[in-house]
Amino acid sequence: MLAKALVGGRRYYGWIVGLLAAIGVGLLCYLYQFMNGLGITGMSRDIIWGFYIAQFTFLVGVAASAVMVVLPYYLHNYKEFGRITILGEFLAVAAVTMCMLNIFVDMGQPLRALNMILHPSPNSVMFWDMIVLAIYLLLNLVIGWTTLDCERNGVPPPKWVKPLIYLSIPWAVSIHTVTAFLYCGLPGRHYWLTAILAPRFLASAFASGPALLILLCLVVRRFSKFDPGRRAIQNLALIVVYATIINVFFVLLEFFTSYYSGVPSHRHGLQYLFFGYEGHAPLVPWMWFAAILAALAILILLSPSKRQNESLLALACGMVFVSTWIDKGLGLIMGGFAVTPLETVAEYRPTIPEVLISVGVYAIGALVLTLLYKIAISIKEEPQAL
Amino acid sequence: MAVDRRAFLRISSLATVGVGGGQWLLAAPGRIAPEALSPRGKSLKAERWGLVIDIRKCLDPDLRNRCVKACHKAHNVPDFRNKDGTPDRKNEIKWIWEEPYDRVFPSQYHEFLAAELSHVSVLTLCNHCGNPPCVRVCPTKATFRCDDGIVAMDSHRCIGCRFCIAACPYGSRSFNWKDPRPRIKEINPDYPTRTKGVVEKCNFCSERLAEGKLPACVEAAGDSGALIFGDLHDKNSKVRQLLNSRYTIRRKPELGTEPAVFYVV
Repeated sequence: MLAKALVGGRRYYGWIVGLLAAIGVGLLCYLYQFMNGLGITGMSRDIIWGFYIAQFTFLVGVAASAVMVVLPYYLHNYKEFGRITILGEFLAVAAVTMCMLNIFVDMGQPLRALNMILHPSPNSVMFWDMIVLAIYLLLNLVIGWTTLDCERNGVPPPKWVKPLIYLSIPWAVSIHTVTAFLYCGLPGRHYWLTAILAPRFLASAFASGPALLILLCLVVRRFSKFDPGRRAIQNLALIVVYATIINVFFVLLEFFTSYYSGVPSHRHGLQYLFFGYEGHAPLVPWMWFAAILAALAILILLSPSKRQNESLLALACGMVFVSTWIDKGLGLIMGGFAVTPLETVAEYRPTIPEVLISVGVYAIGALVLTLLYKIAISIKEEPQAL
Repeated sequence: MAVDRRAFLRISSLATVGVGGGQWLLAAPGRIAPEALSPRGKSLKAERWGLVIDIRKCLDPDLRNRCVKACHKAHNVPDFRNKDGTPDRKNEIKWIWEEPYDRVFPSQYHEFLAAELSHVSVLTLCNHCGNPPCVRVCPTKATFRCDDGIVAMDSHRCIGCRFCIAACPYGSRSFNWKDPRPRIKEINPDYPTRTKGVVEKCNFCSERLAEGKLPACVEAAGDSGALIFGDLHDKNSKVRQLLNSRYTIRRKPELGTEPAVFYVV
């Protein structure tokens, strides 16, 4: 099947070359970071995680969202999603790959990464996160590849795949829950110290992931002969809008608890992000921009006529994606770190090499996604043997 | 057969995975035998080390400075400064340093606080918690709690993920964003320097205790009575006598971390 990824037109190869160029630039920047240390980033003694971990957290959500097509198809026999489960699974593979790379580039001593396995520490949530992410990657790769291969050969998938598929459903929930536990189990970081963080992560995941999947479906339909199906896309849009509403609701719950209780330390994170704290307000425009995008996207997607207009749908999905990227990316990190344990305020601004390394990681993800989608679509375009 | 330290660590880590897995040793995070840390006979020993800082006896800036300098000199702590001589807030490493009272005790501060307290500078360092969140979150056991209560770091095992810094509610840990060695004014050959990409923090001078010496900061404070160090489990120790006779507070006690550093206000 791999050979199918090598056959393509000029546009396909142009895109691949572009991605390779971005990867090359990222790699050079990473070598610079490897030689000089993480001091080349904007991170500091107070803001110890930045752009990399922000992308990691956001992308775990994108990865988890594959469950939103797998679950209706396999548990509820919702046939419309049968055509696109492979797109969801391969998106998860690309997203988890990016997650792992983001963790790797964030390590101060990357050559010691295997210490996580040599000295396994079940008391650390990071240990569990490594395990759930690695297994989730394998699950999606194995399931996607096997079902696709069977589709190509016109035979039904082998029996052993079914249990793996059923396992992948709770597993998707687990990767994002465990990722939330990285944050919400830390004493003294009040923006994260909230039981609703895991549900909030899941809600924003089920908004941003399917939103990206819709955009990918529209792209696939435009550039190939494979049609993911209008009804599938419309139903994904419904998932996006309700997940977005739930996510916004959860954020409002945070506001109520933090502000009505009047406990200062519980308020600092939200205050810094949305209104500014002791004169520091660098993220305020970003957070309000994210809030407005989410509100507009809900308005567009709730209306059936607007939702069925695919240009508006694409616009709304883009808005949801950007909104959650801000909220769950740098917003999440800075909300936890900006007001330090000593209640001073620290600023963070990613540096150019730092951003280029992140772009390189995204380019690797896009390359993995392109190759996998190319294979999947080439097979879907073939006349079915069954 | 000569076995160097690296080979020994490699073999022992493999053995731990092989044998330890069965014994479920892995479920007891960050525990190591005390004799591994204090092999010498003349070493100072305690069930749990603790430190009492008397804020009113620390009012002299020179005294505080002496404590900080002694520690940072003894442990090869680099001095990152901007061109104008101010501390480089981005890259700085600190094991013990001073902060205004309201920063060290944010929930204790109020607008009617005695003026002498509200402007006072307070020494702050790792609290060597009884229930340390940093140890809990470390994915490689590079930071661990010894049987004498000291929360220690193995910089050779640290992968630089900085989860421990996120977990510490006191801001007591520093990360080597850059190679620290060029910024060490005068290298103390008796203590290892660190490399870029690892976390470091106060170790209650476990290397000095092993030689029968008090921590560098305590020694620097001399007879001032500003810093008193001793065994919290020994009723006759100076720390216990002080804790018995004076009212003391700890930083953020509500978080349940059980600090071993106490402050006389």
